[in-house]
Amino acid sequence: MIPVKFDYLAPTSVEEAVSALGEHGDEAKIMAGGQSLLPVLRMRLNAPEVVIDLGGISSLRGIRDDGDAIVIGAMTTHHDVRDHELVHQHALLLSKAAAEVADAQIRHRGTFGGALAHADPAGDLGAPALALGAQFVIAGAAGTRTVEAADFFVDLFETAIGEDEILTEVRVPKHTGWGAHYEKFVRVAHQWPIVAVAATVRGSIDEARVGLTNMGSTPLRASATEEALAGASATEDGVRAAAELAAEGTSPPSDLNGAADYRQHLARVLTGRAVLKAAGA
Amino acid sequence: MTATQDRPAAEIGKDRRRKEDQRLITGRTRWTDNITLPGMLHLAMVRSPFAHAAIASVDVEAAKASPNVVAVLSGKDFGDELGVCINAWPITPDQKTPTHSPMPADRVAFAGEVVAVVVARSAAEARDAAELVDVEYDELPAAIGIKNALKDEVLAHPDLGTNKSALWVFDSAEAGTGSDVEAAIEEARTNGILIEREYRQQRLIPAFMEPRSVVVDPTGEQITMWSATQIPHILRFALAATTGVPESKIRVIAPDVGGGFGGKLQTTPEEWIAWAVARRLSRPVKYTETRSESLMAAHHGRDQVQTLTLAADKDGKVTGFKVHLDADLGAYIAVVGGGVPVLGAFMFNAIYKFPAYRFECQTVLTNTTFTDAYRGAGRPEATYAIERIMDELAAEVGVDPLEIRERNWITHEEFPFMTVAGLEYDTGNYEAATRLAKESFGYDALRAEQKERRDRGDRVQLGIGVSTFTEMCGLAPSRVLGSLDYGAGGWEHASVRMLATGKVEIVTGASAHGQGHETAFSQIVADRLGVPFEDVEVLHGDTQIAHKGLDTYGSRSLVVGGEALVRAVDKVIDKAKHLAAHLLEASEDDLEYNDGRFTVAGTDQGIAIQELSTAAFAAHSYPEDMEPSLDAEATYDPVNFNYPHGTHLCAMEVDTETGAVKMRKYTCCDDIGVIINPLIVAGQVHGGLVQGIAQALWEEAVHDEAGTLVSGSFVDYLLPTAADTISFDVVHTDDPSVCTTNTLGTKGVGEAGTIASTPAVVNAVVDAVRHLGIDDIQMPCTPERVWRAIQGSKAGGATETPPDAAPHFADGEANSAGADGALNQDEGAGQ
Ligand SMILES: Cc1cc2nc3c(=O)[nH]c(=O)nc-3n(C[C@H](O)[C@H](O)[C@H](O)COP(=O)(O)OP(=O)(O)OC[C@H]3O[C@@H](n4cnc5c(N)ncnc54)[C@H](O)[C@@H]3O)c2cc1C
Repeated sequence: MIPVKFDYLAPTSVEEAVSALGEHGDEAKIMAGGQSLLPVLRMRLNAPEVVIDLGGISSLRGIRDDGDAIVIGAMTTHHDVRDHELVHQHALLLSKAAAEVADAQIRHRGTFGGALAHADPAGDLGAPALALGAQFVIAGAAGTRTVEAADFFVDLFETAIGEDEILTEVRVPKHTGWGAHYEKFVRVAHQWPIVAVAATVRGSIDEARVGLTNMGSTPLRASATEEALAGASATEDGVRAAAELAAEGTSPPSDLNGAADYRQHLARVLTGRAVLKAAGA
Repeated sequence: MTATQDRPAAEIGKDRRRKEDQRLITGRTRWTDNITLPGMLHLAMVRSPFAHAAIASVDVEAAKASPNVVAVLSGKDFGDELGVCINAWPITPDQKTPTHSPMPADRVAFAGEVVAVVVARSAAEARDAAELVDVEYDELPAAIGIKNALKDEVLAHPDLGTNKSALWVFDSAEAGTGSDVEAAIEEARTNGILIEREYRQQRLIPAFMEPRSVVVDPTGEQITMWSATQIPHILRFALAATTGVPESKIRVIAPDVGGGFGGKLQTTPEEWIAWAVARRLSRPVKYTETRSESLMAAHHGRDQVQTLTLAADKDGKVTGFKVHLDADLGAYIAVVGGGVPVLGAFMFNAIYKFPAYRFECQTVLTNTTFTDAYRGAGRPEATYAIERIMDELAAEVGVDPLEIRERNWITHEEFPFMTVAGLEYDTGNYEAATRLAKESFGYDALRAEQKERRDRGDRVQLGIGVSTFTEMCGLAPSRVLGSLDYGAGGWEHASVRMLATGKVEIVTGASAHGQGHETAFSQIVADRLGVPFEDVEVLHGDTQIAHKGLDTYGSRSLVVGGEALVRAVDKVIDKAKHLAAHLLEASEDDLEYNDGRFTVAGTDQGIAIQELSTAAFAAHSYPEDMEPSLDAEATYDPVNFNYPHGTHLCAMEVDTETGAVKMRKYTCCDDIGVIINPLIVAGQVHGGLVQGIAQALWEEAVHDEAGTLVSGSFVDYLLPTAADTISFDVVHTDDPSVCTTNTLGTKGVGEAGTIASTPAVVNAVVDAVRHLGIDDIQMPCTPERVWRAIQGSKAGGATETPPDAAPHFADGEANSAGADGALNQDEGAGQ
């Protein structure tokens, strides 16, 4: 289908992009990889007058080492996140999750920042980012600010990014040597997850972080499970008891792929599997 | 004819790559949407969001004022010239048939129905203006769902007074083809086995790759319509019959068409609207639907509730089968809408010797998208019901599902066999196909593994599903169609043009939309006429060129169209022989025809068919009693359907913790008579299997209570990709049951995979969990449905899938996704 007509801007710096946003206000929409935005425009679910393409801002692309964290530019593609050496070493969970996003074509266009800014509760990157305690660097007219993962995801398709702001990069604290697994449950390969569990563990098991995808209006952490896992043994029985707590406090949707109670059951089962695989058991 | 039969078949049986693939795959061809005419205008449709509503008013002023809009028309702006959408197959004389206007002026009956059309200079401008059309609706209660509609409390069309459209009945006792089914049921109730089941055929969407598109050019002597259709000839006839334009003033062209699966076997409101607008404005127009429109408003398929009663003796020999269908027609009775479930009437008895049989089909109107043919049309539904319930019978008797089939099937010595539904099956060998399939599948080993997993209480259980199908295809003997009140015949036409340079053009009335006719038909002509494959050009799909035809559906093109072609070629050879005798100054009796050359027996004299073409063109010397032409045509009306069959075996793994199902192995042995091109057959079988498997596991069109299509995009209407399927094990018997009613001995294969595979898969899923007390899971067998079915069971433990699950690609190959890539068939990922 054909989107409603819009103007197209292609700034080459973050400042330029922010000032364009300031000028056009809520008539403007940021475009990163376009993999979520363009379907929305083509189905005419949204009709911005101006589209601001971040594709020309090279500073937003790439992954760097920054001491106790790695920093991922907002415009880094899923493909690059999946394959990057720094991600493999220090945030393996992100690489595992990025590998499960859509298909190869989409992974080459869709971006890490775009996916997180889009904040689809079924998106594959929110839960791992949350589990790893990522920090979101957001630029606006007044400069930049940093938002903790716990405060970044506000609601369905809603984040802490203001209307006149841009997500520029994401700092991910190093989890060097942590095992990781992203367990995505789908009916067909190219589907968004019905439920997914992002698990990363230190040792077997000294510490664990568990994020849940599509179990509420935002990505969630299975805190009770994390607590129960600290010091647990990486055995089927040791992990299962902790995984039984995974659905606590969740409120998943009911749709064609499953009712809420089924999703809660899945979250428990998949948490057990994800943690065991993350622990290399 | 005899002259050609000794010649070795050089082309038939050869894995020819398809001639048409380069242009189809690259898209550098004439898809309808690629056609651009001078001064062409573009259409956008305004569609009802309501399933049932009175149209109170349509305000088009804002839309008309939008840039570059030429016209905005709603239903009341048209008169008779708009025509009506036809139902060509009223299944009973008293069928209740709602009038189907392409664009109703007063009332809409399904969500997605067109209420207005915007005409603009570009497609984008038309779409923009369509959003400005302000339609005021008074919502009416909607009849949604078969069972609700049958209550007649809410009416889809209040003026009809009922939702029940027609009841069609076949009874073997009345027809004299068998005994009384009620008596068999009574006997079984006291003295045998009675199995009663209700199965659901969910609603499906054909989901062809190329959306529907139509271009109409009214500026020539004939009004020309290009359409992405399977049926250019039927379309032309229907346009003439309903819009008052003489047939001779209409030219319909189906250029390259990107798939149909029955979904383009339709005469659509959008075609009729484009036709009317072009004529009204005297300008060429184009309309191409969006994918959302296609899913919502192109016809849907299947959608039945099947109530089944199977009677058998204690050994599992079936004594009677009673079938009642309630079939959802949607809001209107589409071109062959009501006839599709009725086609199943002849197939519920399948490959078996049932003494008594009764079939009833109640068609029902609802406020949903109209339904019609979808790959297999009537036969998948029948095959599903019988093959599912034969497994239930096996479970009841306590024998292997293959054993129960063997006790009931027609043995190969019994052909030709007159069935309880009144069809004569000419040939078949169910034993041979089953033997081969079983062997290739590794049936006994898989059964052993199944038992081992059961005994161990493994978390992942294994099930084996059987489907020994047959079908009737090659639609169809015209007299049979007449007896069923179908509005047309089932013949096919072909002609052969011998060009002056020795090349050959053949024209077929079949209308390929991805099947590979150009290749297969060239192979047939190359062998029969003795000319090089490359010298044959196959023309089709344009009523100015292929003036006669009945198009492509129902696995008919090769078995009916191919036979017409053979007969036309034989006429060419006869004429050529006459001319050759004249030029060689020999007697026809002394001529032999081999490899495209007539020779005079016992001499070195001869003349090639190409030289004869040139001689006929020059016409300098030819017999007095002959026209100077070798061209010929033939119209062939089949004397019977044909009956391909096969044994399909499927192994499914069920994760009892999550309900996820995963295919482990799929073997099919199809007996389809003589194979013209094994590569094309493999393509048809693979594609057909995936479509049938998709019904079992993934696809379902869902309307909510208000009649809104919930599965309105590919996010929710789940189509599988290569990543979701495994490599199928496709085998054929060495000694096929050759069809006796056509010269080539071929049987249809276009729908076989789809017809056979659905019950094989569901049988396998049910078989995996039957020991937990489960005897049915509704399609599609989603993880949630499977999980809910096995709630309360005591399954545990885990086994990884063994490597023989036959993935499409070796790890890391092809998509280079690596260990964690999209092709990861990870346990529990439900892929
Ligand atoms: C067929 C298909 C299947 C998919 N399957 C999956 C899947 O399985 N799992 C999954 O997680 N995702 C899936 N996706 C979505 C994909 O991951 C997208 O890449 C992602 O959601 C959006 O990234 P993008 O770079 O394309 O962002 P865009 O589409 O360009 O933007 C998305 C939204 O974020 C805003 N935005 C983008 N960048 C910024 C920024 N720097 N600052 C502020 N706002 C910004 C935009 O304004 C827009 O509202 C799928 C997409 C498609 C088309």
